[in-house]
Amino acid sequence: MTIYSVYIINKAGSLIYHYDSPNLSRPAVEKTFSYPLELVLKVFDEKVVVAFGERDGIKVGHAVLGINGIPAEGRLLQDKRDIMEILANEENYPINIKFGKPNLTVNERIMLASMLHSLFAIGSQLSPEPQTSGIQALETDTFKLHCHQTMTGVKFVIIADPKQANIDAVLKKLYEVYADYALKNPFYSLDMPIRAELFDSNLQAVMEQVDKLGISNI
Amino acid sequence: MTIFNFYLFDRHGTCLYYTEWSRKKQLTMSKDEEFKLMYGMIFSIKSFASRLSPTDMKEGFLNFTTSKYKLHFFETPSGLKFIMNTDLSVGGMKDVLHQIFSSLYVEYIVKNPLCDMDQPITSELFKNKLDEYVRALPQFSTKVAS
Repeated sequence: MTIYSVYIINKAGSLIYHYDSPNLSRPAVEKTFSYPLELVLKVFDEKVVVAFGERDGIKVGHAVLGINGIPAEGRLLQDKRDIMEILANEENYPINIKFGKPNLTVNERIMLASMLHSLFAIGSQLSPEPQTSGIQALETDTFKLHCHQTMTGVKFVIIADPKQANIDAVLKKLYEVYADYALKNPFYSLDMPIRAELFDSNLQAVMEQVDKLGISNI
Repeated sequence: MTIFNFYLFDRHGTCLYYTEWSRKKQLTMSKDEEFKLMYGMIFSIKSFASRLSPTDMKEGFLNFTTSKYKLHFFETPSGLKFIMNTDLSVGGMKDVLHQIFSSLYVEYIVKNPLCDMDQPITSELFKNKLDEYVRALPQFSTKVAS
């Protein structure tokens, strides 16, 4: 799978649609610990995350996803017990903790979308050359972000594998799907989040096609 | 292929060094404001990228492109940030930025007892060596150099 997620951002910078690839798996590690815990944990952004002490695939920034098989909800377990309190109590050891990269919540996605919107503008403002567009591609060692801005200011963003070429074709195809199934939908009001079944299913069909047949076939 | 300009920031966000070779668009804001904006953008991109990444990152943010230029970024574990803007035809610049760090910054700034580490660089030696090094790069086309 080469495309990880798709975001559509309106001209004001708010997220109107997001799609995650179903076979996108965020790594998770489960391990049994004895007292005292070798890892340094801290509460950050209502999540219990690793602050120091990488080992056995557990990385700094990973969050506690569950304890003894009970999933975590923020800094509490599902049964409303505080994770930090459980971990501080020696009687609870040995303890099985599941760590992993935390999933993005909808609020975080909205924040990231508006962040991209302003980065896009600053990127063109700081340009050494005149008349440049905003950011079109942003590369890191784990993913590459491709952004296509339409004339009307809507941004189509694809997060894909850094080696994947020809994402532009998929971006164009997405624009087509957006024009056909979101804009032509009489119940869709402009700049509002897209909630249209036809749009959902067509976008998913495009993604599945890309997944199975490769980008050259769309 | 062209190299437009170069920024060096320390981990507190101070611009230690800035130089340009061919820059057509001059900003209306002061250089000081521009450095702050640049540092802010890089800082935000780093946090943006680490949160968006589906898997754990090693090096993090590497570069971004717009329709006219490409920004290359390299950060040392000590937090020094090397930023270079080039045109779109330039591939990876990681080695070049690393070279600037290891054989120019370390040699002529860190090993110079008269250079204050968290103040903007005033050393003529560093300035000349950097200019000489960049002008000799294959990515640097002499046609556009002023």
